[in-house]
Amino acid sequence: MVYLTRRYRFCASHRLHNEALSDDANLRIYGKCDSPFGHGHNYALEVTVAGPIDEATGMVFDLVALDGIVEKEVLERFDHTNLNLDVEDFRARVPTTENVCTEIFHLLEDKLERGGPRNAARLARVRLEETNWNFFEYEGDSRPTA
Amino acid sequence: MIYVTRRAEFSASHVYHNPKLSAEENRRLFGKCNNPHGHGHNYTLEVTVAGSINPTTGMVVDLKELKTLLEREVLNLLDHKFLNQEVAAFATKIPTTENIAVEIWSMLAPKLSFGKLHRIRLYETPDLFVDYYGD
Repeated sequence: MVYLTRRYRFCASHRLHNEALSDDANLRIYGKCDSPFGHGHNYALEVTVAGPIDEATGMVFDLVALDGIVEKEVLERFDHTNLNLDVEDFRARVPTTENVCTEIFHLLEDKLERGGPRNAARLARVRLEETNWNFFEYEGDSRPTA
Repeated sequence: MIYVTRRAEFSASHVYHNPKLSAEENRRLFGKCNNPHGHGHNYTLEVTVAGSINPTTGMVVDLKELKTLLEREVLNLLDHKFLNQEVAAFATKIPTTENIAVEIWSMLAPKLSFGKLHRIRLYETPDLFVDYYGD
């Protein structure tokens, strides 16, 4: 098994705010991330696919195909958007980087399994950096409950 | 299960020297790291906590809380210190990056009130790092 990681970037804004909670609770939990106008990040996304090396191509996954899938499924959807307002998935769910990370995994999971050479590769991990100081990793062993 | 990592930096000095060994053996074993006056690094620390996403907050851990905990339990004790002289744990243990990573694990693990400590990754330089998973 070989793990292949490709790195991408997108820029987006978000506001961490749960309508089901009081203003006080939102401020306590999310601090300045609850600011009503939102704020933005340069996200760095790492998509890792795992699989055997295809004998004919010497590759785990076709990088051009991977780029196309990530571009269509993730970057076009998220880049230069307001995640709360522009992305359907986050109308009812707080776009914390945890939730964005798992959402990206689920968006890519099925598509990548169909995109690999000989269909042998699978999505192994999504790693999402919100800032240079924190990042989130999801390997798909549980679905978010909200 | 989702893994959340917080990164932090601290700067410290250390010397590698085992008093049970001869001066020649220390020099042979530790090379220029045995310079008695010590030398320093900018360490980069990555603390990874594993947990599940809280459906109300959308978060695994409160990153502000993790940052505060890191500052209180680790950075305040190690940053701008001569590890051999100023950190009790290294009075008898050589402050190699391996030992520092294990020590940071034991500083943090009992204090974590959220999630589960999954990994300590400590970079001594951008080209060298140690991972410790608590076992």
